[in-house]
Amino acid sequence: MSSSTLPAVDGRVARNASSAGPSLRHSPWEVRALRSNLLTAGAWAAAIAASIPLFSVLYMLIVRGGSRLSWEALVELPPAGFEMGGGFGNAIVGTLVMVGLGALISVPVGIGAAVFLAELGPNSTLAGAVRFGAKTLTGLPSILAGVFAYASVVLVTGTYSAPAGALALAVLMVPTVVLTAEEAMKMVPRITKDAAYGMGCTRSQVIWKIVLPTALPGILTGVMLGVARAAGETAPLMFTALFSAYWLVEQGGIKLMRPTASLAVLIYNFSGMPFENQIELAWAASLVLVMIVLFINIASRLLGRRRA
Amino acid sequence: MKRLMIAMLLLVSIPFAEAQERVRLTGSGASFPFPLYSAWFKSFSSQNKSISVDYQAKGSGAGIQDFINHTVDFAASDAAMTDEEIAKVPGGVQLVPMTAGEIALAYNVAGVKGLKLPRDVYAGIFLGKITRWSDPKIKAANPGASLPDQDITVVRRADSSGTTFVFTTHLAAISDEWKKGPGVGTTVKWPGSDKFVASPKNDGVAATLRQTPGAIGYVEYAFGKFSKMDMALLQNKSGQFVAPGGKGGEEALASVKLPADLRAWLPDPEGAQAYPIATYTWLLLYKKNADPKKAAALRELVDYCLTEGQKMSLQMGYIPLPESVSATVRKAVASAQ
Amino acid sequence: MSVLEHARHPGAVAGAPSTWDFFADRAFRGIAKAAAALILALLAFILWQIGRKAAPGIRDYGFGFLTSTSWDVGRGHFGILPAIWGTLYSSFLALVMGGFFGIVMAIFLTQDFLPPRLAVVFRTTVELLAAIPSVVYGLWGIFVVVPAIRPMANSFYEHLGWIPIFGTTLSGPGLLPASLVLAIMILPTVAAVSQDALRQVPYRVKEAAYGMGATRWEAILKVMLPTAATGIFGALVLGFGRALGETMALAMLIGNSNQLSLSLFSPANTLAALLALNFPEAGPREVQVLMYAALVLLGITLLVNIAGGAIMTLAARNVRR
Repeated sequence: MSSSTLPAVDGRVARNASSAGPSLRHSPWEVRALRSNLLTAGAWAAAIAASIPLFSVLYMLIVRGGSRLSWEALVELPPAGFEMGGGFGNAIVGTLVMVGLGALISVPVGIGAAVFLAELGPNSTLAGAVRFGAKTLTGLPSILAGVFAYASVVLVTGTYSAPAGALALAVLMVPTVVLTAEEAMKMVPRITKDAAYGMGCTRSQVIWKIVLPTALPGILTGVMLGVARAAGETAPLMFTALFSAYWLVEQGGIKLMRPTASLAVLIYNFSGMPFENQIELAWAASLVLVMIVLFINIASRLLGRRRA
Repeated sequence: MKRLMIAMLLLVSIPFAEAQERVRLTGSGASFPFPLYSAWFKSFSSQNKSISVDYQAKGSGAGIQDFINHTVDFAASDAAMTDEEIAKVPGGVQLVPMTAGEIALAYNVAGVKGLKLPRDVYAGIFLGKITRWSDPKIKAANPGASLPDQDITVVRRADSSGTTFVFTTHLAAISDEWKKGPGVGTTVKWPGSDKFVASPKNDGVAATLRQTPGAIGYVEYAFGKFSKMDMALLQNKSGQFVAPGGKGGEEALASVKLPADLRAWLPDPEGAQAYPIATYTWLLLYKKNADPKKAAALRELVDYCLTEGQKMSLQMGYIPLPESVSATVRKAVASAQ
Repeated sequence: MSVLEHARHPGAVAGAPSTWDFFADRAFRGIAKAAAALILALLAFILWQIGRKAAPGIRDYGFGFLTSTSWDVGRGHFGILPAIWGTLYSSFLALVMGGFFGIVMAIFLTQDFLPPRLAVVFRTTVELLAAIPSVVYGLWGIFVVVPAIRPMANSFYEHLGWIPIFGTTLSGPGLLPASLVLAIMILPTVAAVSQDALRQVPYRVKEAAYGMGATRWEAILKVMLPTAATGIFGALVLGFGRALGETMALAMLIGNSNQLSLSLFSPANTLAALLALNFPEAGPREVQVLMYAALVLLGITLLVNIAGGAIMTLAARNVRR
């Protein structure tokens, strides 16, 4: 920062020369302090303004969804047409399974790539290309991720399945994980890394023992954002996992290579039906989805903190 | 922690104990009959413990694609299948009309119930020619109603859909100007006025209709009925004003004889009390099914829907198939495979 | 640390890597490089899949596809100019609104404006909003946003209708509701990543600024933000990417109309929404055209990222004096 932007303290000393020494107190009416206070007021106003729609969405979710939330809703199978009652238990299981599998694919790949981008080859041509690739992939419409997984998995295996859905979700998660993890790793102070090198660590050891643990909070943010987005996407799942009104686990064991229910597709289906029962369930399912992500979020932050 | 994991594993493995294999049928396609199909399939599965049926509404086109790619066991379409699509399926396709439905014109005009719309009027509204509710032609057809001097906002479907296909087929049949203009299709080029708004799916159209005073739009009758929307009485070919729901649909179906390949269209039904906009909706089955168990299950399913299932149709807002039609269809299905 | 376990002399503080360390190092670096290459391969594979289906469409329609405004499936006329316009207009608006408020939120939550516990609660709430399914945002937009802004929009139209951006009435779905909802959707992403960037700035940097007599906001605007700039820019890139590709919520709120208009209230179209709304029912002809549109969208994302990168480099150069 250039010295011209901060007027030297001496300037004000001269004005207050009559008192014993320079005064450290800002008069609130003096120009720079006034500007700062106005900005604070502005920031408060902006934060409140931004919070209103945020809380409006949450409010709508809680009010409409909460009224239908019950044990029955969490463990029963989806109702059809005129039926009353019912729930979305299979959709919860399906979402957990597919998001879990998707994370299992995207998180290692994402962190591995970020390690390469931040530590191993930050200035190589491959790194530049990968960065552009990841940024371009952030703009991939979710429906294309679904179409891609459809062509790659569903057409090849001949059936809709949970792994196909997981792949589509992984494609959506990877760019977020890579870009956030890279930024987090770049922020690790050079001093700690140099100290480790000085002790004789190999590059991998520095990464495993220093960089990754220090960057963990930032990496977790990226993973959480990716998971949150993946859990709520409908279009890719419609082309890969379709939907099912039955449980994933049934006589014969866990059947993954079948159409799988998910909360996002259930919400899409039910919100479009003219029956009150289904619409209420759709709202309850939205609330449950948000609560699941909240739970994973809190759990991961607690786990991340324990390492320190 | 370890004990919890073991307990969970045990819980999950309990189902392993039962050895019975269920036949699982998967289908996808039109959203028009989705509420009815999901009710049918669920009650069928609860009566037949060894068969479970899943159906996902993604659109007739997507369903046909799935069917051609063999990623589903059956599909559903509001527009049957074209010859070139049938040609892509090795072994041939059996088209089965399962039910029929009507398309209603829902509107949001305060204080006006039982709006009557003559043919040229509703065609004119959707062409963008008639733009105000106080238009003399509308007034002439509804002498008792107090029509406000309000702009007509037309709500159409944003997504490509079989419902649009059926509606535009009908409009093309009754209006030459429509035929030459926007034409027929799952999406068409609507008049470019800012009074034409689009919303996706039936519920999007319904929501926009409810929020916009002076709006009119087309929705599936079943949807309109359960959303308790005001629906207009339309003038049919014989000049009568018929309300959607009730006998109007059955009369419309009765007016057309099913050809051998079971593809029948009803662009402009005859019949004194026929409702003018109705359509069959088909189930698409493979003529040659690799898995005999699935083939048998499918036959049972179709049979159920054509007999027991029809009893649910009227209540859910669809048109039950006339006896003659369902008999023809059952014969055709029995001969397949 | 394991390096001490392999140290040559007991009690040594440092030591050379053992053979196992050496191979593990090589293996890990290889895997990391492979992961990076995998991402590139993924993008290439996706482009190939889309390109393959789009090729006939490109051959038949060529460049005119990008400049035509009519979308008539029946007659085979396709043009995506309104969709390109709508995509850029809505995403840009969303980025300006969502990005600005997201960064302000991030500053608000990391610069001691709130007691720490409250800040954590706030932060978690904002992150939660990233989890809300896009369908729900679409429904919220239809049921809450549109009715809420309709009266304001119509009064703008009545009094200021001669200004092009207020040129039409708001009859339901349109550009402004869609952009507003999109801004809310990207705000959590921008806020979360910006918070991380700001938190990474060492405290002593801020202390130094205070020590020189800076006011609170001078410290934030002239010291913290520039230091965290790359992280914040990354947040904006993620947000913009999400805005460009958002499908479900925009499909419900943009109005799917092929009109080119400057007005904030008129219905519009975006490439992603076009894809989502037409793909399920598309016949083989239309699928090719839609894949062509998808390629165009990816191309736009690429161009915007290149432009953004160039701006960052220029800005960095200026800061360095």
